[in-house]
Amino acid sequence: MAEPHTTSTEHVPAGEHKGAFPPFQSQTFASQLVWLVIAFVLLYALMAKWALPRVGRIIESRQKRIADDLADAERLKVQSDEAVAAYEKALADARARAQAIANETREQQQAAADATRKTLEGELNVKLAEAEKSIAATKQAAMANVRAIAEDAARAIIKRLIGSAPSDKAVAEAVADVLKR
Amino acid sequence: MAVDPIEQFQIHNLFSIATIGHTDIAFTNSAAFMLAAVAVITAFLVIGTAKRALVPSRLQSAAEIAYEFVATTVRSTAGSEGMRFFPFVFTLFMFILTVNFIGLIPYTFTVTSHIIVTAALAVTVFLTVLLYGLYRHGLHFFNLFVPKGVPIYILPLIVFIEILSFISRPISHSVRLFANMLAGHITLQVFASFIILMGGAMGAIGWAGGVLPFAMIVILIALETLVAFLQAYVFAILTCIYLNDAIHPGH
Repeated sequence: MAEPHTTSTEHVPAGEHKGAFPPFQSQTFASQLVWLVIAFVLLYALMAKWALPRVGRIIESRQKRIADDLADAERLKVQSDEAVAAYEKALADARARAQAIANETREQQQAAADATRKTLEGELNVKLAEAEKSIAATKQAAMANVRAIAEDAARAIIKRLIGSAPSDKAVAEAVADVLKR
Repeated sequence: MAVDPIEQFQIHNLFSIATIGHTDIAFTNSAAFMLAAVAVITAFLVIGTAKRALVPSRLQSAAEIAYEFVATTVRSTAGSEGMRFFPFVFTLFMFILTVNFIGLIPYTFTVTSHIIVTAALAVTVFLTVLLYGLYRHGLHFFNLFVPKGVPIYILPLIVFIEILSFISRPISHSVRLFANMLAGHITLQVFASFIILMGGAMGAIGWAGGVLPFAMIVILIALETLVAFLQAYVFAILTCIYLNDAIHPGH
């Protein structure tokens, strides 16, 4: 603070104003007021015209930057949400289409297989019928031959047993009788 | 060996500027510290924001904090309309804060320890409130002195008290700051003089005993730093409250 005042115990300031308590020395008021007005007006002008707008602009630009960034982020989020929705829709569409194609293909193949089966069955039935017919014919023919062979065999056996050939009629009757059983 | 605790408040004429009538207008130590405060504040704000950085440096951050601090005070006390007085309040706050802080440095002069300075600032606020209130609301401004919902038979008394408290505002406004700064600096000086007195009177033992008043000074300096800030803040927030009356006189 102040230098030690060594002169005496009474308050005699080193300055030009003697006596009164310094803040109440009215002869200093004018000088202080003049310089206070100069300093205060100068400071006010510097603050109002220069320093405060400058600081204010910095703060504002930062807030604007933050707001812009947030808006950008929001916009990008909406975009990505839309992209996700579009992707999911495309995926669902593709899945549905694949399902449809698979069903269609399956039905077509089913139909083709059915048709093939039917024609084959028809052909087979025809062949079967023919075969049955030929079997029946063969069987009939064979049965006719069997009778003749049986008659021949019976006649030969009887001729061996009794030494004379029986009449054809009697042999035929006997064979027919046996075959009936 | 005596130390005069008052000598630190002495105004010294450094050189004379003009003489008006019988009044000498001089450049004084007080004027030098006022201009120093103006330079410090301007440098703080302008150099601090030189880079206009998006991510602020420490000094820029401090400048922004000062700005935001006063802006928040004004907006919360006087509303967004009060922001037209933001430069005024900011100038007051920073000027008082800076001269208070400069005054805490040993061997410096404390501008606000003179009643004429604090009174001039308080009267400036008072006149600003009065003139803006009248300009803005005309004679309705005087509704400020007539609170609503007061019974008619005590109304004259209330109005009298309101007017008295309004007129006494600049007195309390200025004396509070002046007295705080004056008393704080006298206290510091008195405790500092104890060290000198004890050392001078008792030699080595006295100097050793001086540790106690020295510790007291350390504590007081911390207190005075708080007071220096607090008084600047109180001055600014009272200014905001008074300005709020001028903007919204309807209570």
